Amino acid sequence: MSAPSMPPTETAEELAPAVGGRIAVEATPRFRPRGIVGYLFMPVVLATALLALYLWIQGQELGSTEMRLINAENIRTSLVRHLQLTVISTVLVLLIAIPVGIILTRPLLGRITQPAIAVFNIGQALPTIGILALFAIVWDIGFWPVIAALVAYTVLPVLRNTMVGLQQVDPSVIESARGMGMTRRAVLLRIELPLAVPILMAGVRTALVINVATVTLATFVAGGGLGDIISGGFSTGRDTVIIVGAVLTAVTALTVDYLAGIAENVLRPKGL
Amino acid sequence: MTHNDSSTGGNVGTIGDGKKIKIRLESLAKRFPGQTEPAVDDLTLEIPEGEIVIFVGPSGCGKTTTMKLINRLIEPSSGRIFLDDEDVTNVDPDHLRRRIGYVIQQIGLFPHMTIAENIATVPKMLKWDSKRISSRVEELLETVGMDAGRYRNRYPKELSGGQRQRVGVARAMSADPDVMLMDEPFGAIDPITRDRLQNEFLRLQEEIKKTIIFVTHDIDEAIKMGDRIAILREQSHIAQYDTPERILVGPADDFVADFIGRGASLKRLGLSRVRDVELHEWPTVADGTSRDDARRVLQQSDKGCVLVLDGQHRPRRWVSAEHLGRTDDQRSLSEIGLPADAVVEPHATLSDTLNEMLTSRYATAIVVDADGAYTGVVDIETINESVRGMREAERGRLRGELADPEGPG
Repeated sequence: MSAPSMPPTETAEELAPAVGGRIAVEATPRFRPRGIVGYLFMPVVLATALLALYLWIQGQELGSTEMRLINAENIRTSLVRHLQLTVISTVLVLLIAIPVGIILTRPLLGRITQPAIAVFNIGQALPTIGILALFAIVWDIGFWPVIAALVAYTVLPVLRNTMVGLQQVDPSVIESARGMGMTRRAVLLRIELPLAVPILMAGVRTALVINVATVTLATFVAGGGLGDIISGGFSTGRDTVIIVGAVLTAVTALTVDYLAGIAENVLRPKGL
Repeated sequence: MTHNDSSTGGNVGTIGDGKKIKIRLESLAKRFPGQTEPAVDDLTLEIPEGEIVIFVGPSGCGKTTTMKLINRLIEPSSGRIFLDDEDVTNVDPDHLRRRIGYVIQQIGLFPHMTIAENIATVPKMLKWDSKRISSRVEELLETVGMDAGRYRNRYPKELSGGQRQRVGVARAMSADPDVMLMDEPFGAIDPITRDRLQNEFLRLQEEIKKTIIFVTHDIDEAIKMGDRIAILREQSHIAQYDTPERILVGPADDFVADFIGRGASLKRLGLSRVRDVELHEWPTVADGTSRDDARRVLQQSDKGCVLVLDGQHRPRRWVSAEHLGRTDDQRSLSEIGLPADAVVEPHATLSDTLNEMLTSRYATAIVVDADGAYTGVVDIETINESVRGMREAERGRLRGELADPEGPG
């Protein structure tokens, strides 16, 4: 063990504490389905909530305002738009954050890691509603400005989990892979990324959950989504409508989180 | 006997006894950016084919760096590396590494791959067909003493430390490289398992005859494992490059003498093996022998007990006159007396054997062949003779050096 034989800039091991100090990994323990009961629990809860909401609405006298806001057609349009905004923004976040995370963890780029993270930090430091308003003023209202605001906001958690996921890979595993003659590319694709999947997926799940909740604000810049129902209820003073919108938003968010949890389980490599 | 040119100046370790050179390092140096002193300073070294060459030295002497220069995990700043007389200093390092087995202390098994997938890594890169890979994996697991059916589909975390190390060695041998680099391969394993793995590895090496470069900081491991030892000091300067015997008998300077430490004569027992000494006989009887016959055998010998062997001549029990004397006892010979422990194989070192003897009831180690069949015993007298022999050889060597002031070099 010849300690001074490794130069300080050539190992990921040395990079980890420097970065880890500034960007903590997303480590909140969350619901991860296990066993048949585990997998069934959340769908049953959500279905029960929807059923209760439906039965409660059936027992209400609904006026024309309510009928206009919470008919099946309107709910479906809002829900589809809500999911579109969530999924497209998340996919874009992955397309940006994962490659950038990979590049920033390559040993040769150790020097620009800190400034790059600082830039992405700005996005998360701003309040989402502020970004939405800002984009609406300087750019436009509607679908794409909302997507851009969501992306700016959620790049950081995915980026940081990508980086931490890659950096926590045991350096001796990488060294033995290189020592066996794997190319850098093969080490990244076959060793580092698979081993980073659990932490990376936790970041993706975080992004999805943030986005599905934040999309509710899109209604303020004419972006659509389930927020339309809630704000419609507020502007017309109809509590029933507000409750329907709120419950639907919550159920959608929990469903997305549940599906992401399953994806985490499925994608986690065996043997870890 | 080999020559040691290192003491005559220059950082050079040659072997000069007509053996085929497998690896030759020529004025190899490594300077890391931002460091004033080179980590490896102008090293010239010849590694003979089919031998275990140990790089040993204190922490920070550059032994690991030197090893990594050979497979170019660290690129040399200057100098050349020859493998089989081919200059590999500038060939594609990834392809070079596929020809060289690599084992590190932390093993570095891929946790998300099964044992079979781990071992198959290099064969897959070399595009072997799947049938050949699968039979190779099986063969290698058997070679390192693991049941292929049981372990091939397990993941590394399901194995013990010793088993992981075996898989690490199997993985390094997967594409049957001529050369293996091993960086403290047994360093993180408990002493008992380490000893067993070392012995197994030495036995394996007798069959495979690879050229092995083995890094350790433990001089005892170096003496046990090495055909040849390079004792390194800072910047990979060769303090001495020679066989363990000659290093123990004639350390080149105070640094080497200090590094070997005390107990050099005891360490020398670690160099002689049971197969090198003359075994003694011990009275034996077959398992089914009657007590009267056993007693007769015992009376004809000068020993206090007989050794009971089973059908395959494997030692079972020590049975003394006292054990035989209990006539009310009708059990067979293999059920009375004391268990025949302190069993060693021919490749065991005399120091291991001495250790076994000290814990055995009759201060005797039983020697068995590879099938476990009795071949003789080693007792304290044998060890004594061996130590005496070594002392005389050393005296003879010193006399020879006095007569010839130039020394053996």
